[in-house]
Amino acid sequence: MASMEKDSVSGQMTTGHEWDGIKELNTPLPKWWVYVFWACVLWAIGYWVAMPAWPTPSGYTQGMLNYSSRANLDEEMKAQKAGRSQWVAKLQAATAEEIAKDKTLLNYALAGGKVAFGENCSACHGAGGVGVPGAYPRLADDEWIWGGTLADIEQTIKFGVRNAHPDSRQSEMLPFGTGDALAADQVSQLADYVLSLSSKTPAAGSPGEALFAERCAACHQEGGVGLKDLGAPALNNNIWLYKGGKDGIIAQMTKPKHGSMPAWTERLDAGTIKMLAVYVHSLGGGK
Amino acid sequence: MNQHPSQAKPKKSGGLYAETVIIHPRAVKGLYRNLKWWLMVLTLGFWHLAPFLRWDRGPGAPDQAILADLNGGRGYFFFIEIWPQEVYYLTGLLLFAAITLFFMSALAGRVWCGFLCWQTVYTDLFVLVERVVVGDRPARMNLVRRPWDLHKIAKTAIVHTLWLLISAACGISFTLFFGDAFQTLKEILTGQASLGTYSAIIVVGGFCYLLAGFAREQVCLYMCPYSRFQSSMLDEHSLIINYETWRGEPRGAIRKGQGFDGRGHCIDCRACVQACPTGIDIREGLQMACIGCGLCADACNTVMAKYGLPPNLISYDSITNVTAREKGGRGGITRLVRTRTVLYSLLLLVIGGAIALSLGTRRTTEANILHERTPLYVAQSDGSIRNGYTYKVLNMIRQDRSYRLKIAGLDGIRFSVVGGASGVGETELQVSGDEVGTFRLYVDVPEANVKGKKSAIFFELTELSEGRTLRSESIFAGPEK
Repeated sequence: MASMEKDSVSGQMTTGHEWDGIKELNTPLPKWWVYVFWACVLWAIGYWVAMPAWPTPSGYTQGMLNYSSRANLDEEMKAQKAGRSQWVAKLQAATAEEIAKDKTLLNYALAGGKVAFGENCSACHGAGGVGVPGAYPRLADDEWIWGGTLADIEQTIKFGVRNAHPDSRQSEMLPFGTGDALAADQVSQLADYVLSLSSKTPAAGSPGEALFAERCAACHQEGGVGLKDLGAPALNNNIWLYKGGKDGIIAQMTKPKHGSMPAWTERLDAGTIKMLAVYVHSLGGGK
Repeated sequence: MNQHPSQAKPKKSGGLYAETVIIHPRAVKGLYRNLKWWLMVLTLGFWHLAPFLRWDRGPGAPDQAILADLNGGRGYFFFIEIWPQEVYYLTGLLLFAAITLFFMSALAGRVWCGFLCWQTVYTDLFVLVERVVVGDRPARMNLVRRPWDLHKIAKTAIVHTLWLLISAACGISFTLFFGDAFQTLKEILTGQASLGTYSAIIVVGGFCYLLAGFAREQVCLYMCPYSRFQSSMLDEHSLIINYETWRGEPRGAIRKGQGFDGRGHCIDCRACVQACPTGIDIREGLQMACIGCGLCADACNTVMAKYGLPPNLISYDSITNVTAREKGGRGGITRLVRTRTVLYSLLLLVIGGAIALSLGTRRTTEANILHERTPLYVAQSDGSIRNGYTYKVLNMIRQDRSYRLKIAGLDGIRFSVVGGASGVGETELQVSGDEVGTFRLYVDVPEANVKGKKSAIFFELTELSEGRTLRSESIFAGPEK
């Protein structure tokens, strides 16, 4: 190790380090800078003691201040809830129709309904009510199996469809074509007629028309406009819950599928259900 | 580049850490000192009085000329009112400021550092407090050496109390730009202000006390990046502080009656070194630590006058002029038109022009369209295709306004507003003054008219009283054809 000496060019001292004849100039760091560094180290140690810091096999060191961002979140959520209480009270007092008329209440319900929908409904009905073809109805279109008014929607959300709740919506499509109800060619004729209904060109005078009037019109109504009280879907359009096309129609006629929906009144409060009704109503433009 | 004294004098052993040398600049009188006093009055005057300037914006609007309303999400600067999405104006302003700094440096050296920077201004003010309470450089150095007796305790306490008061005023002024100044000041003084306000005062004021009272030139040397790249801003025509070596050397002390023949004009009195707020010896040439304040020039000129010598042995001049004088010429006016100054001026003109133009042609209504993605489109029972949109109308004046919305681009467009008109070709929308109106829209197009997966549609929003139309584009999604 070479000695520390004064560099003749810069007039600065060297550190005494030398590599292959190249010497390092000593450019001393100001002392205060070093003190700040040590202060930061001390601060870090204090932080470990005071705040949650180190992972342990069973969790983490809690710190002496008992700080917890999760507990803070809980408190903030409680405060939020308290802040919302006046809105919730208003929502609970108002009918869904009144909510839809009050602009501020409507915006509040739409925002709250969107969150509640994401948490509770979108698992089946999809984000934005897009639905799952062949399984869960699309809520974003204007076909409403059980009715699209605010009151209808609220009723459906509250008590659900085909579940054990006494007020649940109940109905079943009867199986045709298994057993002796209809012969295979009659099923085919019926399906052809339903197809013609859906393309809005009803095949008047066809054998299917007569069969439809006899077997189907009680629920699906004349012209296939549907009957919402019975949950009989409209057949005069191209929106199909399960599958369109002739084979889809035959499948539903012979081996009908029935979806079900839980009654939400047991899980959600009345205010949330109202917000959901308003939100779902807005998705498809409603009726 | 030369070393700062705190660096240049390592301990015998060549320690890795340099002791901090407290610098006690000596008072000087002269042109640059006067300029600095006036600029201090101007800058601090602005800082402390600007929040109280008023600007009438009509009823319901804040009447503070310069205000950053964080809760309301608005920025006010006299006749300009900025909404959050227009923060890019701030980017423009910062660009403008940066290039102004470069421009100033190219023309006149480190005028920012020496005269205008808050670090310089507040350090100057803090040194003035010391000078008034304790005395000039020798008295202050004596006080440091003095044991802790009553005298020292009293003087030190007075100095620090005054420093803290100035710092508090600095912090308070900072907060006044974020709320009504009169109201906020009253709240601060009566203990009614928010925790955030007091925290801001403590942080800003605390740093003022720390940086201007203790860190001082260390900020310029170790924290500020500007001193490190200033040399790239300067050329031989830029004004810098020069010691005119050709005239000063060989230097040496002078006795009374002795002439200046055959020697330099520098009498090695070290007045320039003692006056320097960063503690450098300018006679070693321009250096990183020189903030270009000109106080050494003032100090030297006083001495030169005493000896009947011409002034400006230490001059605030360009290298070109100094060299010209060395060769027997007179120097003269600095060349102002140079490639870099022209370039900077052009850049300033472009940026300033762009900001002014965009402010001048600024619309008072803006609209944002968000096309719904889940679902992209929905087939309706009548066979039409529906797309959902969230349409936001920003009414940027303080007056309720009505708009007419028309949607064009595809044939047979009908749309509905949630909570409003349904199945219409155009409708009226109301937006309150200074508000963002949010509307959920459903746009229906007969399937035959939909042009495939994606086509353009246009939202035409006409302000009813002015008749100005704002046309914004979005997409209409449909099944593939």
